[in-house]
Amino acid sequence: MDDEPLILAFCCHYCAYAAADLAGSMRLQYPGNVRVLRLPCTGKLEVNYLLSAFERGVDGVIVAGCLEGGCHFLEGNLRARRRVERARQLLAEIGLEPDRLEMFNLSSAEGTRFAEIVTTMVQRIKRLGNSPLRPERIHVEQGVQEMRRQAEAMLAGEKR
Amino acid sequence: MIVADRKKVPEIRDMIKNHRRVLLVGCGTCVTVCLAGGEREVGILGSALRMALRLEGRGDVRVDECTIERQCEDAFIDILAQRVPEYDAICSLGCGAGVQALAERFPKMPVYPGLNTQFMGILESQGVWTEKCVGCGNCRLGEFVGICPITRCAKHMLNGPCGGSREGKCEVNPDLDCAWQLIYERAGALGVRGRFDEIVSPHDWSTGLDGGPRKVVREDQCIAGLGPKA
Repeated sequence: MDDEPLILAFCCHYCAYAAADLAGSMRLQYPGNVRVLRLPCTGKLEVNYLLSAFERGVDGVIVAGCLEGGCHFLEGNLRARRRVERARQLLAEIGLEPDRLEMFNLSSAEGTRFAEIVTTMVQRIKRLGNSPLRPERIHVEQGVQEMRRQAEAMLAGEKR
Repeated sequence: MIVADRKKVPEIRDMIKNHRRVLLVGCGTCVTVCLAGGEREVGILGSALRMALRLEGRGDVRVDECTIERQCEDAFIDILAQRVPEYDAICSLGCGAGVQALAERFPKMPVYPGLNTQFMGILESQGVWTEKCVGCGNCRLGEFVGICPITRCAKHMLNGPCGGSREGKCEVNPDLDCAWQLIYERAGALGVRGRFDEIVSPHDWSTGLDGGPRKVVREDQCIAGLGPKA
């Protein structure tokens, strides 16, 4: 279990988060390697959130936003895609495989696609191997938990 | 504003290879606005640098971050003065002036540039900055209807355009507007195109950089008795 990859999924509240929920309601099977972090929109995503996840030792990061043209805030998902691209460039400079990070687009009705995305990323990360920056798994879990707590606090309108 | 862009992570990692405690210092002025060296970029570089160092087996190197309001003014550097002795190097994400201000203030501390300072310019569109001024020290924008041929003409021509102007674009780069086309169009709109019937006088470059670093002194603002810094 300790060797299993850990993937953090930044999910938009209006699509991927609901799709993940739906995947659960549909009793779909997908690997349990993913931890979901809810964002109000992928447009809230900053490059340093992504780097921060890798610094904490996660093996892969999924960014899941609305279908292009379908963003609740018009173009948050398009901005996120450009930020993901910048973060991928930085990962390459750092010496980590850019493929550890990818953005996907889906709608809230696509529970099946959410399960497929997670399965695809887990397979890819297993092929790449775990992150060379990974500390003890428990510490990665704690780091991810801390990021999720901060994100939820922001959503609740608390000051960071 | 002064526009800069970031250096690549491996270049910065190699610059600090002989140090174990490094402080990244951002600047809250121009380079924050051009998204190169503000608080957010310092956070991104800090994270990237720590990861790059860990991958190189140098995970014990401490990389901390802070951002001050303005690196190019000594009074704002005061905030750093207490922290700096904890480190053995500074990497500045300010412009070249900021880097040198830190180096002057902390004579025993190695200071490295985290950015490549590019030019004085303006935001052309979201994420795009363009050079507008070379700081020649002798501004003639009034003669050229507010468009600087010294900066914006690839040949710095004062009596343009040259034969390389093609449908409003420069022969050097088809994406580059011909400055002289812009000048003539604007002069036409202002009704002053006739002024370019005369040959414009050569530029006085004695105020330019070739004589070494320049200085502006306002005697009335200098503190009595201290005078301008030598």
